[in-house]
Order: sequence, then C-alpha cells, then structure tokens
Amino acid sequence: MSTVDLGLPSLPGGLRGVPAATEPQNRKEYVSDQEVRWCPGCGDYAVLAAFQGFLPELGIKRENVAMVSGIGCSSRFPYYLSTYGMHSIHGRAPAIATGLAVARPDLSVWVVTGDGDALSIGGNHLIHTLRRNVNLKILLFNNRIYGLTKGQYSPTSEPGKVTKSTPMGSVDNPFNPVSLALGAEATFVARTVDSDRKHLTAVLRAAAEHRGTAFVEIYQNCPIFNDNAFDAFKNPETRDDAIIPLVHGEPIRFGTDGRLGVVRDGFASLAVREIASLPNGEADLVIHDAHTEDPAYAFALSRLTDAGVLHQAPIGIFRSVDHPAYDDMVRQQVETSKESQGIGDLQALVTGSDTWTVN
Amino acid sequence: MNRTVTIEVKQLDRVVIRFAGDSGDGMQLTGDRFTAETASFGNDLSTLPNFPAEIRAPAGTLPGVSSFQLHFADHDILTPGDAPDVLIAMNPAALKANLRDVPRGATLIVDTADFTARNLKRIGYEENPLETGELDAYHVVPLNLTGMTVESVKEFGLTRKDASRAKNMYALGLVSWLFQRPVESTIDFLQSKFAGKPDIRDANIAAFRAGYNFGETAEEFSVRYEVKPARMATGTYRNISGNLALAYGLVAGAQRAGLPLVLGAYPITPASDVLHELSKLKRFDVTTIQAEDEIAGVGAALGASFAGALGVTTSSGPGISLKSETIGLGVMLELPLVVCDIQRAGPSTGMPTKTEQADLLQVMFGRNGEAPLPVVAAQSPADCFAIAVEATRIAITYRTPVIVLSDGYLANGSEPWQIPVIENLPKIDPNFTTEPNSTNDKGEPVYLPYLRDPETLARAWAIPGTAGLDHRIGGLEKEDKTGNISYDPANHDLMIRTRQAKVDGITVPPLEVDDPDGTAKVLVLGWGSTYGPIGAGCRRVRKVGGKIAQAHLRHLNPFPPNLGEVLKSYDKVLVPEMNLGQLAMLLRAKYLVDVVSYAQVRGMPLGAAELAEVIGNLVEETAGIDDDARHLGEAAANLTHGEALHIEPNGLHHPEGAR
Repeated sequence: MSTVDLGLPSLPGGLRGVPAATEPQNRKEYVSDQEVRWCPGCGDYAVLAAFQGFLPELGIKRENVAMVSGIGCSSRFPYYLSTYGMHSIHGRAPAIATGLAVARPDLSVWVVTGDGDALSIGGNHLIHTLRRNVNLKILLFNNRIYGLTKGQYSPTSEPGKVTKSTPMGSVDNPFNPVSLALGAEATFVARTVDSDRKHLTAVLRAAAEHRGTAFVEIYQNCPIFNDNAFDAFKNPETRDDAIIPLVHGEPIRFGTDGRLGVVRDGFASLAVREIASLPNGEADLVIHDAHTEDPAYAFALSRLTDAGVLHQAPIGIFRSVDHPAYDDMVRQQVETSKESQGIGDLQALVTGSDTWTVN
Repeated sequence: MNRTVTIEVKQLDRVVIRFAGDSGDGMQLTGDRFTAETASFGNDLSTLPNFPAEIRAPAGTLPGVSSFQLHFADHDILTPGDAPDVLIAMNPAALKANLRDVPRGATLIVDTADFTARNLKRIGYEENPLETGELDAYHVVPLNLTGMTVESVKEFGLTRKDASRAKNMYALGLVSWLFQRPVESTIDFLQSKFAGKPDIRDANIAAFRAGYNFGETAEEFSVRYEVKPARMATGTYRNISGNLALAYGLVAGAQRAGLPLVLGAYPITPASDVLHELSKLKRFDVTTIQAEDEIAGVGAALGASFAGALGVTTSSGPGISLKSETIGLGVMLELPLVVCDIQRAGPSTGMPTKTEQADLLQVMFGRNGEAPLPVVAAQSPADCFAIAVEATRIAITYRTPVIVLSDGYLANGSEPWQIPVIENLPKIDPNFTTEPNSTNDKGEPVYLPYLRDPETLARAWAIPGTAGLDHRIGGLEKEDKTGNISYDPANHDLMIRTRQAKVDGITVPPLEVDDPDGTAKVLVLGWGSTYGPIGAGCRRVRKVGGKIAQAHLRHLNPFPPNLGEVLKSYDKVLVPEMNLGQLAMLLRAKYLVDVVSYAQVRGMPLGAAELAEVIGNLVEETAGIDDDARHLGEAAANLTHGEALHIEPNGLHHPEGAR
C-alpha cells in the first residue's frame, strides 16, 4: 500500500523484541470471523480497514500483536482483528496494557480508545501512561460525542453543543487531546483523519515503530450522533484551508494554492498567516521539526486547532522524540538485579539471617 | 560505680512489655529490635505495633503517641498479651495514653526529662503524676533517660537535639539488660543501618551500651528477669511479620508455578510494606509497578496475567472498593489474579493504622452482577506466607481472581515462623494451552478459550504469542466454549451458573476442630486475625474446667466441605469478629444455623480475657446455668496466667487481678 510521506524516518525500535513473521502475511489473515456491528457509515470501518491492511506490512508475527480496548463504539475494535485482544472496562485499557507490555517485550501492544474512554473516565491512566512512556500505541478515535450511550456530549465536544444531556448547550470547556498528550510530555503525538487512508496508514506505521508510547488522535465521524463534525476536513471545497499538514523538515504551508502558512507569533506561540502578508514571504514560515525536544513547540502547533466547531487543525506528527521506555527500564532493573545479586535463591531469602533452631 | 546490692535473677514464664513514646521517638524501631533480640534468644513471641496515621503529630501530645507491645514466653503463646507487665514511657503523653491499659502492680519505667509543668499541662495533668502519689499502685522507676543519653554520647559532639535522639537506644539497652536479651544483633543492626553516618552510628551504639551498663551498675534495679527459650516443635525458626510473610508467600507461589510475578499497587496503609518488600525482590523475577491509582494497580496486574504472568495487587479496604470493577472483569475473563486486602478500620478512610476485619462482605459481594470469587484469610502473621501460596494455587488452577484477607494486626505484628522448605511446597501447574483444543463444523482445529476442564471447570488459557490460538476476550458476556459475545438468555444463565459452580467446586481442606475430649457443646468459630485471641480465650476457659471446641476458617469462599456438619454438631456456635457479624451473617444464610455473634469494632485486636468471659458465659448458658450462678467466664477472664498451656510453678509474677 502506498502511503503519504510524513517526512519522518520513524525512530527505530518500536517493534524491537517482537518476533518477525516467517512468511508474508495478507490483510485477510488479520480479519476475524466476527461480524462487524458498527452503524453503517461509521468512521470506524475505515480505520479498521486501514489497520487490517497495515498490520501485515509490519512483518511481525500475528500472534504477537495484542489489542486492548476500553468501552465505547471504538473499543469493539479488537473483536474484529484476528490477533490477541482484550475488550476491557471503561477507561482502563492503558493501565491493563501497561501490565501486558511490562510483562511481554515480545508483543506489539495497541490500545484502542475513544474520547470519552480515554479523556473522561480514563483520563488519569492516559496521562500517566504518556508520562511513563510505556511502549504501547494508543489510538484515540475522537468523534466528539458519546455514541454507545446514544448521544451525550463528550470531553471533546465543542462548547454550546446541544445533546440529550445538554438541552441548553454544553458549558464544558473541551480538551484538545493533542495538547493534553503534549502536556503529559508524550514522546510521540500525532493526529490523522479516518477518511484519509494513506495519511492514516503512514501515521500508524510511524507509531508502530516508535519506542515508547505513541499517541494518535484519529478524527472519526459518528454519522448518527455527530455527523459532519469534521466536515471542514472532508469537503473538497474547504479542506485545503482546513488541514494544516505537518511534514518533518518542511515549511508548514497549506491552503488553496498554498497561500497560508504557520509563523512564530509572540511568546511561545504560532499563528496562521497569509504568506503574501509576510515580510519575507515563505522564508518566514516555521520549518516543522517533530524532533524538537521541548514539547512547547508541538504544544504551540496543537493550539492551532479550533476549540469549538472545527474549521482548521494540524494533521500529522506533532512530536516524535526518543526517550527511554518505561517497560524497558523496568525489565532492565530486573536484569541488573539478577546480574549484580545473582538469580534469587528463595530458600535463602525466606530463611533470612536471624534464625534459631529448636532440637 | 560499684553495686552494694546483689542482683537477683527471677525466672518468668512470660512477659508483656510495651514501649511508648512520641511518633518521632523511634518506638517502632525499638520494639522491632527488642523483638529481634527476643526471637534470636528462642522465646515464643507475638507483637502489636500501634501507631497514629500522622507521621509526626505535634511532639508531646496524646494523639502523637506511638507504641509497640511484645509478649514473649518460654511456651507457645497466641497473642501480644492483653495488658503490659512493663511499660516504658518516654514522655508524659506516653504515660497518660497507655496507663489505662496497665494493671496495678506493673512496672513503669518513665523518662522524666519531659515532665515539665508546661508539658504536663498540655496533656491535662495539673500536677506531676510522678509526685502526687497517684501511681503508688505501680512499681515506678523514674529515670532521666534523655539526660543520661545525652551524657553518654557527649564525646561525639552532637547537638543536644541529635544526641537526645538516641534515647530510644538507651532505653532499649536498659530493657535488654533487665530481661537478659542478647545484644549482638542490635549492635550489628546499628552498624549497618547508620553505616553512612559514623557519628550517629557511634552515638546510638554508645547509648545502647550505656543503657545496658546502667542496669548493670545502678541500684534502681535489684532484680533481673529471665524467660527461658520456648519449647517449640523441632525445626529452624525466624521471626516474621505478616506483610513480609505475605510478600514471600506470593513469590513462593509464583515460583512453584514457574511464572514471573507482576505486582501492580498503589501506596496505602497498612499494605504498602508488601509493595516495598516485593520491590526488593527483582532478582526473583518480580516486577513491581507503582501505579497512578488503585484501579491502575489492579489493571496492570490483570494485564500481566493476560500476558501469562502471575498478576498480583495489594491494597486495603478503600483501595479494594476502587478495584471492584476490574476484579469483576477478572471474574469474567477467568484469569488468575491475586488481590490482597490488608484490612484496616473503616468505613471510608476510617482509622488507617488500626485493625479491623470488616471487609469480608465487601470482598464476597462488592461487585456488580453475580461475580463469585474465592476468599482466603490468614490467621496469624506467619500464616500470611501459606495463605499467599494457597491463593496462588487457587488463582492459577481455577483461572480466577482470589482475595487474600489479612489485616493491620497481622500485617505489622510478628511471630516466630518455622521456616518451610520451598522445594516441599506443592507445584502449581499453569497448564497453558498451546495447541487447538477442538474442531469446528468443518473439522478444522480451533481454539476455544472457554472450553473447560470437566473437573475444575477452569477454562483453557492460551497466552499471547501462542501461534494459532489468538482469541479475543472481554467483559461482555461470552458464549459458552467459544468466548464470543453472546446475549442469548439461556447462555447467560448457563455462564452465570458455571462461574458460580467453578468457585463452589474449588478443593478446600476440611475444617479441623480442636475439641480435646469431644464433649464440648459450644464451638467458637473465627476467621482471620482473631485466631490468637480466640485460642487464648479457649485455653483460659479450659483451664478453669470449661469444655469448649475451637475451629478457625482460612477458606471463606468456598467454605470447607464439612462446615455445615461441624456447625450442626454443636448446641451453640460463637462467632467473634472485629466487625458487626459479617461471618455470622454468611453462616446463618448458608447453613440456617443461629450462630451467636460477638462483635467488637474498636480498631484493636480482641482481648483474650474478654473472649474467655464471653465463651465461659456461653458454655454455662448452654448448660442451662442461670445468669447469677455463672462463674466460668469470670474465672477464665481473671486467670493471671491464662494463655500458657501449662501452669509453671515459678512462673506467676503477674499482678493481682491482671487481665
């Protein structure tokens, strides 16, 4: 499958320790025998198809892929893949996946979650997994609504949203998931769109190959309860001005005929400007550097996303930096302990040093 | 200084000693060291640390008092003792807070340094109790321990504050002399504990020695005491606390199963020491994850079990509440998981450092839906080891979460432990499925994750990485055998009943009843940490001629197979608990036996004398003896020497009326 060029040779190592497949695999092998039960037109179908198509290309053994999900429409995902999978409980998938990843360096571990699952009930686990940098990949399907419970506003719904639980409009200030992840100093943060299969696949591949936690927000349309929430990104008439494509090493330029670009604007922030209005034209544009160590840069990029109804947002890899992964370090301590103190002798341990004998 | 009085050595069969001071005075450390000295000497012993949740409450106040009680004897004992024979009080608050527990005639060794008018007033003494005569009923030994400590460490050039911090070691030295304890282990301990701070190390050792020598040379003490080593079953012993035994037991269980252990835990009193201990045992293939919260702790453990490790989580009641949903997921996934609940006084935050056993119904039923799981409970500090191994066996054999109940009293208390031979512990077989276990309609080999062993009803367990056996499991109801999502009514009913039958069918050893001549009409049945006090209470009753049977439950779900029969073979069954009758409720519901509940919820272990009185009264009530004619309970409670198996001719040193 062809993919888009994100300009970023992924940092190696995300799959280190996972056994390679001995024979080429195909998409069909990753399709489980379960009937897919999402609503017709759901964006989840597109993500599933892309995922099933992309997994064989990783070249790892199918039985060494483990999917963990929480609760929500997207969390049915593991049932539809013929890999190991766990459909767990609401919000807890990152915690469960942490135990799995720590125990098994030979697995490629994926978390599938939604905006309610990851950012509301499971917010705590999400931020702590990100700060620890556990080697697992989190796919956050953001449809900006609670779908499975039939249409309440979510932590990413725009202010003022009228739903079943907010007849007068939501007064909640929403999360920007990418900003949140960067606030937790996530080492890999990206955003993609369900309908752009090439981009989606490229981002997934980069995530798979990242060592540490990869956080991918996927704009995903819910045709039943929040249809057209991402219309600006899909409508051929608006999308060029809506999507700010991030390509590592390239100036951030977009819009019809490339008329818009991202420039530095004041203290630690960025802004969108018409290139024609810039003193030095294209030379004033920010060159995207996803490897920037300071998350403030990627955070500033993330703020170019509309908080309310979406008209404009960056798409691509915001940040990709190389930090030690939690599970690697945990395992290293176990190894170091064995090397320095020897493999534990349990009889000697329980006996201890202060004993007495009764004859 | 030369003695003008010779020192008499008195033989005692048992002593209860309590160290009390400010939370910052190092009373727990002092108690631990005295315990170690006593253990290495070969006495039987039982300890009761008692401390506030505040790390450093304001100095000199009643809420800041921390204490450590140790009961040691030349015979088998069961409890830390109801009342101290010797109280070491390091300040006025420690004296005041502990005096009500001390029987008249007991010895009070009091550090007088802080007995200033201001300090006394602060805790409500208008006058100095050492001078008013109000302590005349006690044998009071007032000593300026702080002053003597400062004097003894002068050469190290410490500030007065730092110097006085060694006063606990001075007191320990003195008491070690008084009871003829071996001191080498304490000196070794101080050498290594303060290896990096030579001044502090030397000052502590000097203070310890000075305290010992003070006893030897000063004339305050004309008597030293000797408690001979206990006659215990032959074998090699060590002293061990409940939390340490639990940690070792978990590792032993994992090793016997050949699985790595992954602990997911969040710090909580009184369970944190299990996390601390396991975090030191990495070379035993132990991984510890200090999670962001209780839910993540159990989540990580369950994820590790899914991976094929032994997932363990440790907590106390409030944490168990938070973990409930994930434990329910474990019930549904049918994966091994060991959940340790080191109970503390509730509800809500309750009294974090105080003991209780009021989580029984929570762990039995505190989940949504029909979510049965096995429950086991340790009965003594050392039993925490065996119960952890047993929990691991059940979890792995039956693919289920298992609850281990301990409590603050067991966790922090300690006792001698006959060291087991690890090799002799039974092997546990994870019995992973590695090949397809069935065929589909087309005759092709398939893996059915919910195909069960007909005997145990345990499901097949294939772990990620096993080729050809990939499968998906989750919290949604599953179809029998395939594990696919199912909303079929009959299937749901079948699965509910199957999960229940699996737990009900767990092999549990029969309940053993201690009924010496088989003629008792009353049975005392307990569970958990009440084992010691109930046993001591029964001994007292038997000593005054009462017939009483005793049994103790280590398996609370399922109950031992013969429990119904045992209950029905006694006229009365007394169930003492540190809750409002939770086991009693379960027994009544399951066996329709009208058990007599004795419920005390004070955050402290039940007392042996208190139980003796209750038991004695019930024995006589059952025999039809009128209220005013009963004497057994009172006599048993008032025995000065109730806990010993045999009365020793020279052993009675206890004050009149001591209970």
